[in-house]
Amino acid sequence: MSTPTTQAPPATGTAPRRGTGGSFLSGSVGRNAGLVIALVILCVVGVVTAGDRFASTDNLITILRLAAVTGVVSIGMTFVIIGGGIDLSVGALVALSSVWATTLATQALADDIHWIVMVGTALLVGGLAGLVNGVVIAYGKLVAFIATLAMLVAARGLAEILANRRTQTVKNDGFLDFFTASPLGLPALVWIFALVAVVGWVLLNRTTFGRRTFAVGGNAEAARLAGIRVQRHTVALYVLSGITCGIAAVMLMARTTTGSSTHGTLLELDAIAAVVIGGTLLIGGRGTIVGTVLGVLIFTSLSNVFTLNNISSSAQAVAKGVIIVLAVLLQQRVAAGRKQRRSPASTPPTAADGAPAGASPGVPAP
Amino acid sequence: MSSGDGALLQMQGIVKTFPGVRALGGVDLDVRAGEVHCLLGQNGAGKSTLIKVLAGAHQPDEGEIRWDGEAVRLTDPQAAMKLGIATIYQELDLVSGLSVADNVFLGRERSRFGLSRPAAAHRATSALLERLGHPEIRPGTEVGALSAASQQMVSMARALSQDARLIVMDEPSAVLDNEEVERLFAVVRDLTADGVAVVYISHRLEEIRQVGDRITVIKDGRTVATGLPARETPTREVISLMTGRTIEYVFPQRTERAAVTAAPLLEVDHVTVPGHVDDVSFTVAPGEILGLAGLVGSGRSEVLEAVYGARRPTSGEVRVDGQKLRPGDVAAAVAAGVGLAPEERKSQALLLGDPIYRNITLSSMARFARGGFLSVRGEKAAAREQTEALDLRPVDVDREVRTLSGGNQQKVVLARWLLRECRVLLLDEPTRGVDVGARSEIYALVRALADRGVAVVVVSSEIPEVLGLADRVLVLAEGRVLADRPATALDEHQVLDLVMQGTPTHTSKGHVA
Repeated sequence: MSTPTTQAPPATGTAPRRGTGGSFLSGSVGRNAGLVIALVILCVVGVVTAGDRFASTDNLITILRLAAVTGVVSIGMTFVIIGGGIDLSVGALVALSSVWATTLATQALADDIHWIVMVGTALLVGGLAGLVNGVVIAYGKLVAFIATLAMLVAARGLAEILANRRTQTVKNDGFLDFFTASPLGLPALVWIFALVAVVGWVLLNRTTFGRRTFAVGGNAEAARLAGIRVQRHTVALYVLSGITCGIAAVMLMARTTTGSSTHGTLLELDAIAAVVIGGTLLIGGRGTIVGTVLGVLIFTSLSNVFTLNNISSSAQAVAKGVIIVLAVLLQQRVAAGRKQRRSPASTPPTAADGAPAGASPGVPAP
Repeated sequence: MSSGDGALLQMQGIVKTFPGVRALGGVDLDVRAGEVHCLLGQNGAGKSTLIKVLAGAHQPDEGEIRWDGEAVRLTDPQAAMKLGIATIYQELDLVSGLSVADNVFLGRERSRFGLSRPAAAHRATSALLERLGHPEIRPGTEVGALSAASQQMVSMARALSQDARLIVMDEPSAVLDNEEVERLFAVVRDLTADGVAVVYISHRLEEIRQVGDRITVIKDGRTVATGLPARETPTREVISLMTGRTIEYVFPQRTERAAVTAAPLLEVDHVTVPGHVDDVSFTVAPGEILGLAGLVGSGRSEVLEAVYGARRPTSGEVRVDGQKLRPGDVAAAVAAGVGLAPEERKSQALLLGDPIYRNITLSSMARFARGGFLSVRGEKAAAREQTEALDLRPVDVDREVRTLSGGNQQKVVLARWLLRECRVLLLDEPTRGVDVGARSEIYALVRALADRGVAVVVVSSEIPEVLGLADRVLVLAEGRVLADRPATALDEHQVLDLVMQGTPTHTSKGHVA
């Protein structure tokens, strides 16, 4: 070991950033500082332009309530995208789950037994559809984009057949009472979003499931050769996404008191946009729940501020598109900059060739 | 420097350093118009780096390149192409979904007023292929549907269409059968008759004797001989030029084991993977290191992959400790205590953007989980234990694996299997991209593992590594076992002879110790 091995050149000052005391807060918030700043700016703009109409408790709760449905789906989407996939079918699965959970038969059963039957149906339908997605992608080796696109079309069609193109009204009072309540002053929908986000965070960051998700998305081949059952895990990710669609369906049923085949139209785009703005890489292997939550909040606040200022929804759409591109461009810059700082620009030429003395019998005792 | 006149290309004192490795430490090469110049050297000698410098893909740190007597800088592949340097890589860089003609004129499409002119491109392609003696390749055929040999001809046609004056061929014969090689040689002779220079890289000496004019030998990133006559230089001399080393690797002492009568830990029984592995059988005892030697394409890596379940054999079975492994199931192999350090460390083994500790615990996650919840603290402690034992630097297990040197990345992979306490360890090119200092450490580590009773299988294209590290060596060619001998009963020349001839027939007799 007489040859100098490549050590980072002295004092590049990169290591301490992720010091030993790196709790999740400092890590995530550090990474998401840009998003927090964006959200703060948005709020300032809201207060300046709309004053009390923006800063009122009612308005803030409205924002959260509107963010909740997209938010729940976005959490599932975050897992799928970190795992190296994409799920375009989420909006259609929300529609299908909402319709199936509000058919006359399901509601009759719910009246007989308990309203929880409706919730169970929605989750089951979402989960099963996710299972189909996952199996087709993992074992059928279909590209996720195509498989879930097909599911998008088919699931919405099935929802239309089931509902006979009619909007189905939720009649179960127990269901409506439960989900329209506001415990501790916050609507149930907001509580559900918070719960899903926390469970998602724990699942992603504190369990073997989460770790495998990063591994599968980061390098599927390496994960497979390390002994991880990649196909099985991929299926699980789409099932998870399907279940979040079921949850979102329940939330929409409560918010609109209907089940409809038009629920969740274009929800997939909002969810993907929120996930990507939140810093999750579309190629997989990298991403955070906190970022996704912030992404959802930014989008919802944006719409809110625009609406309060009487800006048309068409103009809002244009602004959203611009923001998505700007956010991703910015992230790429940041990521590239970070990479450059980390890799030592040039290593001093090693004496690998010059010194034939690379042969000292210095052998470590393992 | 010997022949200043008539040299088409002169490279002098080319130095190229990568982080941690000095790939080229002063290479000289001069090529004359109309000659076939053979470039010889063992794997890792720097041939690939050199031709990438020549193709403009790498910028040399030092040294001079002269083209037609004038100093030039090959700042990018386009610059090299413009001068008339074309490179035909081992992995052909064709677009398989496009037609032959489209590939030949890729990037320089024939067009008029912005409209493509397929007919003109087809005619030109036909003419080129005819000149190459392959009129049977149709310009409209999709390249993906062609054989490897035909694809090579398409690459060659592309080189000619660019008016190449120097064509670099990187092991063109590796994918060809004998007849195809003959036709390739005919093409090469025609080209040189037209004044085109060819730099020909091959491991097979007999080919070089057939087609070559002069030889340059490089070793450990330096030119050790140049301008040798290709036909007259004795094989002995060529081989000793390639193998004589300035750097001696330190191999750990072999452990004297009482007898190899211990029941084998790994049994590979008549395993066949069509096209790669042909009825291979061997056993490895606990504490034994088995080396697999052979050329690229000899099936070395595929044997490991079949054992590991990454490739599904059509027949034969693999047993660990007497238990049959489910074929084609990596997770089952890992569960049975088998570990693999694959050849392409970065793409097949590591999560480059993840911290060291997560890479180390990847295969043993269950140990740190209770009810699915991971104890990151436990993971880090265990990882730290491994990094300390392996002298892995930096010690900080939160560092991204991306930032580590090749040697330390390999230690991360080894640490993964150490933590897993695997009983059978498969190592594919364990020291590729690893600098000299770390190599000795890895050798010592592998030996220490064997001494603990692990059965180790090592694949390496560096013959001294196989001979120095292993107890027993299998020489493979074309998926078959040519020889199975104790490492001490073989020397580098014999293995190189076996491997270069490729057939078990004559050489093995001549060299039995």
